[in-house]
Amino acid sequence: MIAKRVIPCLDVHGGQVTRGVRFGRAEAGELRNVGDPVELALRYNEQGADEMVFFDITASAHGRATMVDVIERTADQCFMPLTVGGGLKSVEDMYTMLRAGADKISINSSALANPDLIRAGAEKFGSQCIVVSIDTKRVAPDRWEVFSHGGRKATGLETLEWAQRAVSLGAGEIVLNSIDADGTRAGFDVVITRRLSEALDVPVVASGGAGSLEHLAEVLLEGKADAVLAASIFHFGQYTVGQVKDYLASRGIPVRRI
Amino acid sequence: MVDFMAGKADRGYGGKVIALMDYGSGNLRSVHKALLKVGAEVRIARGGGDLAEAQGAVLPGVGAFDDCIQALDRQGLLSATRDFIASGRPFLGICVGYQALFERSEEFNSCAAGLGIFRGKVVRFSGANGLKVPQIGWNQLEEINPACPIYAGVPEGSYVYFVHSFYPQPADAGIVASRTRYGETFASSIWRDNVFATQFHPEKSQTVGLRLLGNFVKLCQGA
Repeated sequence: MIAKRVIPCLDVHGGQVTRGVRFGRAEAGELRNVGDPVELALRYNEQGADEMVFFDITASAHGRATMVDVIERTADQCFMPLTVGGGLKSVEDMYTMLRAGADKISINSSALANPDLIRAGAEKFGSQCIVVSIDTKRVAPDRWEVFSHGGRKATGLETLEWAQRAVSLGAGEIVLNSIDADGTRAGFDVVITRRLSEALDVPVVASGGAGSLEHLAEVLLEGKADAVLAASIFHFGQYTVGQVKDYLASRGIPVRRI
Repeated sequence: MVDFMAGKADRGYGGKVIALMDYGSGNLRSVHKALLKVGAEVRIARGGGDLAEAQGAVLPGVGAFDDCIQALDRQGLLSATRDFIASGRPFLGICVGYQALFERSEEFNSCAAGLGIFRGKVVRFSGANGLKVPQIGWNQLEEINPACPIYAGVPEGSYVYFVHSFYPQPADAGIVASRTRYGETFASSIWRDNVFATQFHPEKSQTVGLRLLGNFVKLCQGA
């Protein structure tokens, strides 16, 4: 049986993994440094992480060069799936990261600005390579909308509609980040996660808000997510990946244990 | 140094080298690094001639079936692969490099003919029962053929990493080396004589994947 995936997420800024709260901004000093990305990746690799996601949160040319180096060094030592995102705007950008050792490319604002990038990437590398990451916020009791540019810019797009469009253009996976929950450790947004998971025929990765083991189980069981992405609970040593999987297994969730 | 030349030959291109075919596949680097990790000496093969001296060959793959076939053909690697396999030296196909061994694919708009080493076609997951397509993630190797040398030390039930929407349906069930269940049960790897191929990515399957690659490299080195 296919296992539910547990994915540590590394936000990289200036060559360091950082962590913010509710999409905190680096330039406003709202991020905490938590360590070297390659060291952290090695640690999570040993703990049995199923994948790792690297986000270049500077999304600049310099940040991209740093990221190529981080991916190359990680891929030399961690024989596991790696996803890269942040500031990738063209098929060439995607190719650079794939050649560095990434397996999947995650696009967000650039897909919103240029939805055809999803199709172009999927045609070139296959849908399984193209992950569309969506930052969502509940704007009314029963309405979630998509935000771009690290959650700063409203797009007015309804979240499920955008996700469906992304999939129809060729996205092979959707990462759903809840802006309301990000970094709060107060739990995932289970309602919108489930809505997407049930409506889409590609995997949905839940992100943003993991604070306890129960939260992770909840978004997999109630939210029907295929995978969970988490940062804070791992970076600050609250839990190891192995502890998370032991707990999920105890709740009857299929996980890969090493 | 009496053995100087022999030793040099062993380490050089004419020795126990594994040719890794580069036709623009995105996972080349990962496969390369994983082969090095398990002790292989790797030569990147960009043209048919690069396979001539190799003791083993690996055909990696990510992406579309037609792209793979056409790129291989452009570089003269398609016919070289056929010749290599016919020579009896160990060959490993990964993901699309597995699918390419069959006759054809049902992938969207596919018109390219596969290598046709094995009879059968490449089909898409039905997506029945709400299963997501592509299959992305870790799934289990069930019913491993215990005689298959690349599975030495790999227990049934081991998890390996899959990323795919399509999979081959071999006409000859005798070549199936492992099965995996994802809605339907499919041939997650095959083996016949010197030809091995996996739908999953051993280069991304951590310890289990490295064990499998190590077994393959040992075969090549013994060849």
